[in-house]
Amino acid sequence: MPEQPHDDGAIAATGMGGAMDLAMSEAETLEKRPGGDGGGPADKPRSLWSDAWQDLRRNPVFLIAALVILFLVVISIWPSAIASGNPLKCDLANAQKGSSPGHPFGYDGQGCDVYTRTVYGARTSVTVGVCATLGVAILGSVLGGLAGFFGGVWDSVLSRITDVFFAIPVVLGGLVLLSVVTSSTVWPVIGFMVLLGWPQISRIARGSVITAKQNDYVQAARALGASNSRMLLRHITPNAVAPVIVVATIALGTYIALEATLSYLGVGLKPPTVSWGIDISAASPFIRNAPHALLWPSGALAVTVLAFIMLGDAVRDALDPKLR
Amino acid sequence: MGRYVIRRLLQMIPVFIGATLLIFLMVNVMGDPIAGLCGDRQCDPATAAQLRKEFGLDKPVWQQYLTYMGNVFTGDFGTAFNGQEVTELMSTAFPVTIRLTIVAIFFEIVIGITLGVVTGLRRGKPVDTGVLLGTLVVISVPTFVTGLLLQLLLGVEWGWIKPSVSTDATFDELIVPGLVLASVSLAYVTRLTRTSIAENRRSDYVRTAVAKGLPRRRVITRHLLRNSLIPVVTFIGTDIGALMGGAIVTERIFNIHGVGYQLYQGILRQNTQTVVGFVTVLVLVFLVANLLVDLLYAVLDPRIRYA
Repeated sequence: MPEQPHDDGAIAATGMGGAMDLAMSEAETLEKRPGGDGGGPADKPRSLWSDAWQDLRRNPVFLIAALVILFLVVISIWPSAIASGNPLKCDLANAQKGSSPGHPFGYDGQGCDVYTRTVYGARTSVTVGVCATLGVAILGSVLGGLAGFFGGVWDSVLSRITDVFFAIPVVLGGLVLLSVVTSSTVWPVIGFMVLLGWPQISRIARGSVITAKQNDYVQAARALGASNSRMLLRHITPNAVAPVIVVATIALGTYIALEATLSYLGVGLKPPTVSWGIDISAASPFIRNAPHALLWPSGALAVTVLAFIMLGDAVRDALDPKLR
Repeated sequence: MGRYVIRRLLQMIPVFIGATLLIFLMVNVMGDPIAGLCGDRQCDPATAAQLRKEFGLDKPVWQQYLTYMGNVFTGDFGTAFNGQEVTELMSTAFPVTIRLTIVAIFFEIVIGITLGVVTGLRRGKPVDTGVLLGTLVVISVPTFVTGLLLQLLLGVEWGWIKPSVSTDATFDELIVPGLVLASVSLAYVTRLTRTSIAENRRSDYVRTAVAKGLPRRRVITRHLLRNSLIPVVTFIGTDIGALMGGAIVTERIFNIHGVGYQLYQGILRQNTQTVVGFVTVLVLVFLVANLLVDLLYAVLDPRIRYA
């Protein structure tokens, strides 16, 4: 590793706002390691997190993925910033027409502007992905973490429950549960994903808490008389959260894909909600005459999922020193 | 070994009961199956009551579940509301989906492991980066998009395959659908093999094997591959159940009349018996596949001994 001025990292971290600073200082107090591996001055120990951040800042894959995600978040908050039209305003006279000035992606089978609908579809996908991931991550890590920490009967029961959920194919469960839902909002879909997704995170959180629990500093804290909640919050959580973050980031991408798949099967979101899945499904019968109506939302979907998976991948590589 | 198998079989029982009960409850939440039977018209109350009695729908859910499970263990999966035996539907649907799954697993093993070994041995080289990016793209394009695009290109534009599969669904017709079904798992197998190979390549036993002058091919196939394949085998094993259940999308795109098709029809028509029956079998397949994978561990890795 070339000589890396350490204050450079500090500037970047403050530039990111308080969050990164906090993570750095918090992590530093937790994991005192002998001076950096040839990096900055030896008197400043580098934690797993600041080490990972140093790695990520120079990883082009991470930067590209982060930019794409930032762009997606911005257009899901202000879709009108780049698309002036109304996604629900359609004119059958324009059905299946190709691109024309002002309508770069052409029109779909109902004569709606594909560009506007693709831009507005981002909001749905990002909402579903973020909400489902948050729900799954919170529910899964709380249940799995507590089971891993306390062990005993609750742990065995939870393990059997996760086994049960793993045995049910996801798309199948979605078809069965969501086929009765008439609401056109995103919430039933998110609820379903949380219901079927939490065992995945809970299993990872459990394993990771069990590993962290055996560390010497946790034993030391216990010997010093720390309470369970203090051990969990101060010592175990910061050291067990990395695998959960990685898996959750990758899962976010798969939830977006799952939403589109369910919408394609006709049980996910329903019109008038604007979603890439609905648009792809609606365009598939006209695939011969108007492939553009299928290709643009598919492309947007693929790029979005790709960005989240790449982000998770980059974070994992940065957090996993074994592969360096 | 024998005791281990028995313990695992016993552990499967609560999972099996839990999963089928969950599906049973979900299907019951699904709404009134009798309403679906009468089509668009409102059911005649007397007829509805009669039908309810006939199918045992007037009893509480737990009782229905017990009766159903009792029947399943005597090989009676019940009758669909159109009078067809569910077992009859299964005997036509499962062979098709099993063929599709075999094609998919074949692609996973042949293409996935080959690419994984090639990239794992050349970490950081252009081949590695290229394949890695390729797998990322495959993972991020949802299966139904891949399927529709391949159907459009190969089936409609270039005419290499028939866009939809006939009712016989022979192996040669299932090549492209099988590839579509396998695509995402294929990418995972590649990445998993790659990581595993790259990790084990630095291990002591590989260094020893190289140091004692074994030919490179033998080091790779005998020492490296055999140890690296353990996580891959687990993945492929658990994937069998997922593939059969996830075939719904692929079967819908290529109009394959397999398990996914029957399930989809069953759900649309609120055909409780069909849905629960098929899902029960799928859950069993998943559990048995997992058990087989665990037993296969011992074959691949002699360090693992089951007491």
